[in-house]
Amino acid sequence: MSRFSKSILVLALFGASTASFAFDNFKGIGRPATPAEIKAWDIDVRPDFKGLPKGSGSVDRGQELFEEKCASCHGTFGESNEVFTPLVGGTSKEDSKTGRVAALATGELPQRTTFTKVATISTVFDYIQRAMPWTAPKSLKPDDVYAILAYMLNLSELVPADFTLSDKNIAEVQKLLPNRNGMTTDHGLWPGAPAAKGGIGNGGKPDVRNTACMKNCKPQVLVGSTLPDYARNAHGNLADQSRSFGPVRGVKTGESVAVASIAPEPSAELDLATKNGCMACHGVNNKIVGPGYTEVQLRYKDQPNAADRLVTKVKEGGQGVWGSIPMPPNGQLKDDDAKTLVKWILSGAK
Amino acid sequence: MVDHVNRPGRLRPAPEHFLSEGQIKAVAAGRRDFLRKSFLAAGAALAAPLAVRAAEGDPEILNLPEWTTSLGQPVATRPYGLPSKFESQVIRRESPGLARVGGASVSFTPLQSMFGIITPSGLHFERHHQGWHDIDPARHRLMVNGSDGSLLREAKVYKMDDLMRLPQVSRIHFLECGANTGLEWGNVAVPTVQYTHGMLSCSEFTGVPLRLLLEDCGVDFKKARYVLAEGADGSSMTRTIPMEMVESGEVFVAYGQNGEMLRPENGYPLRLVVPGVQGVSWVKWLRRIEVGDKPYATKDEAVHYIDLLPSGLHRQYSSIQEAKSVITTPSGGQTLLDKGFYNITGLAWSGRGKIKQVDVSVDGGLNWRTARIEGPVQNKALTRFNIDWVWDGKPAILQSRAIDDTGYVQPSYGQLRAVRGTKSIYHNNAIQSWKVVESGEVSNVQVL
Repeated sequence: MSRFSKSILVLALFGASTASFAFDNFKGIGRPATPAEIKAWDIDVRPDFKGLPKGSGSVDRGQELFEEKCASCHGTFGESNEVFTPLVGGTSKEDSKTGRVAALATGELPQRTTFTKVATISTVFDYIQRAMPWTAPKSLKPDDVYAILAYMLNLSELVPADFTLSDKNIAEVQKLLPNRNGMTTDHGLWPGAPAAKGGIGNGGKPDVRNTACMKNCKPQVLVGSTLPDYARNAHGNLADQSRSFGPVRGVKTGESVAVASIAPEPSAELDLATKNGCMACHGVNNKIVGPGYTEVQLRYKDQPNAADRLVTKVKEGGQGVWGSIPMPPNGQLKDDDAKTLVKWILSGAK
Repeated sequence: MVDHVNRPGRLRPAPEHFLSEGQIKAVAAGRRDFLRKSFLAAGAALAAPLAVRAAEGDPEILNLPEWTTSLGQPVATRPYGLPSKFESQVIRRESPGLARVGGASVSFTPLQSMFGIITPSGLHFERHHQGWHDIDPARHRLMVNGSDGSLLREAKVYKMDDLMRLPQVSRIHFLECGANTGLEWGNVAVPTVQYTHGMLSCSEFTGVPLRLLLEDCGVDFKKARYVLAEGADGSSMTRTIPMEMVESGEVFVAYGQNGEMLRPENGYPLRLVVPGVQGVSWVKWLRRIEVGDKPYATKDEAVHYIDLLPSGLHRQYSSIQEAKSVITTPSGGQTLLDKGFYNITGLAWSGRGKIKQVDVSVDGGLNWRTARIEGPVQNKALTRFNIDWVWDGKPAILQSRAIDDTGYVQPSYGQLRAVRGTKSIYHNNAIQSWKVVESGEVSNVQVL
């Protein structure tokens, strides 16, 4: 092909925005997806429930699952603020009637929970199914997801304790959501077609209008807020966070910390702990959700049966020794692996 | 280190760069032996009678340093190059207290130490929803399907081998988290520009326009007006993208970043690029594109990334990052060395197009001067501005104000809060103010 005809082809490819590609243009690229492949990956659930799998789950079953798989991060009642923002709370019976969470406007909520915000129940189903639990996403069967969601709806006082949620009645539950009327798309931040043309929003119209004044723009400078001392000094030594040469220096806000390798040395045991999701909640030296391994070693180092007791605890879970957030059971962990990990932790996790 | 806060206007003698506070005390106490070993040149300068040396000239010139008098290291000592060991301050950092678990947290780009508009890939900010993985590109797949089989002729699967054969585009775009500056909606909360604005980056991305893939699958563009993008990580993050942006050709699936492949933390081997739109829509580890006839209300557009208004309503599907700018040097948590000349420098960007003008004020917004813009200005990309300033040693408040090619002028905190209140979290594009006091210390303040 001559250079000339090649450039004509490129023009044809990219020249007109309305140009459409015949399928054969990319011959040999990609292949058809099989129905089984689409089924394996296409798990999204839309607000109109397109994509919702068949199934059902009771509040009781949901409570069991929640305590086993969810409470270690979210608290037994979905109320915990320890790791993530709370799931439930902050809504009232009246909100469920109006579909607007009143406390959002009054500002009396200390913190917004999932149920004070979410307007579409499909969102919660979709998210639990695709991403939960934290360390084992996509391990829940549809019936498990229905059950866990049923328990959360019961905690939010939207359904009774004997309720069973299913694909048949989820659309009815949607009508009870406390903030179902709480969303607006009347803004200029949607980059597609506006509502007037079947899309979303006002077509990009900004909600504030500043002017480019250049001289004597206002009578005085009003400083609304300054940096509190605790915030100035809460981000380590700022002297270490700008270069030590150039037009400026970082201000000294603390002692310098030698930049040591924070990452632990690689080890087979650490790999094992990482693969089994332990490191999501435990650091080697630091508390994350649960205690750091060196803290565990310190506590148990003089106790003769510590190894056996800890193996049981790792496998079955526990609560109360290190705080109110429970440790989930780890039934998937092989006995030998649990023993290896405990031995490693009790020897200092090196 | 010498206390520059209380001793403005004193240039720091060079050797102190290499000395800890303890070592400086040791020198002051006359214990200099260790210096001779570790800091030959610096030690010599300090050990010699200072008056004599000063008369002769700078010891850094008079005593030839070892790099001038010895053989350097060979090529490929570092097969993949690294920054100088003296650049240890220039790293990503977390803001304490922001998140309890690192798998669902943020690390911020050190904007205070950066030049130009390109973010080195290793300093690109991170935001993960369920941790990051280093995915084997040979095992990665991209599926294109429809919420309904009738919306396309054929659902398809592409390997990296396929995608990298297709027509390629390279474009420079900024990437800003919708929650950037979100900590500051109500009041000043964090000390430096790394924490106020560091969920911001700009890279040259390389990949394939998504339109080509959708056309390859025979998508019915009349019916399919929305696209769902989904990640391959545990969170399998999803977001709704308008088909208009795909049709315009500007949305692309990217594998390249700044001349190399994407970094794992940034979505290796494939991510979506949605220019001008907040980072959460730039789905990393992209595994699936679904075309649909309705928006999806995914978790990150129905529970998070929704903007709370004073009325109690939340704005949903807010996506565009409006025009914004920030002065990066001098900025909060820094101290000016002395009175006199400075180059004020910063960044401006707009999710609606190109930056047309940036104005800078040194008196809290009473008067403004137009800054120099470093071109060529790119569409929906960071734009570097610079302006001369002679500091007279008196208190000052530094501000920048971006104007984009739609004519939109970056608003003040007062203007933004009048409409959106203080609890929006997302899309804070207010004018940033840095207060300079007599000592030379610069701190974060908010001017209404």
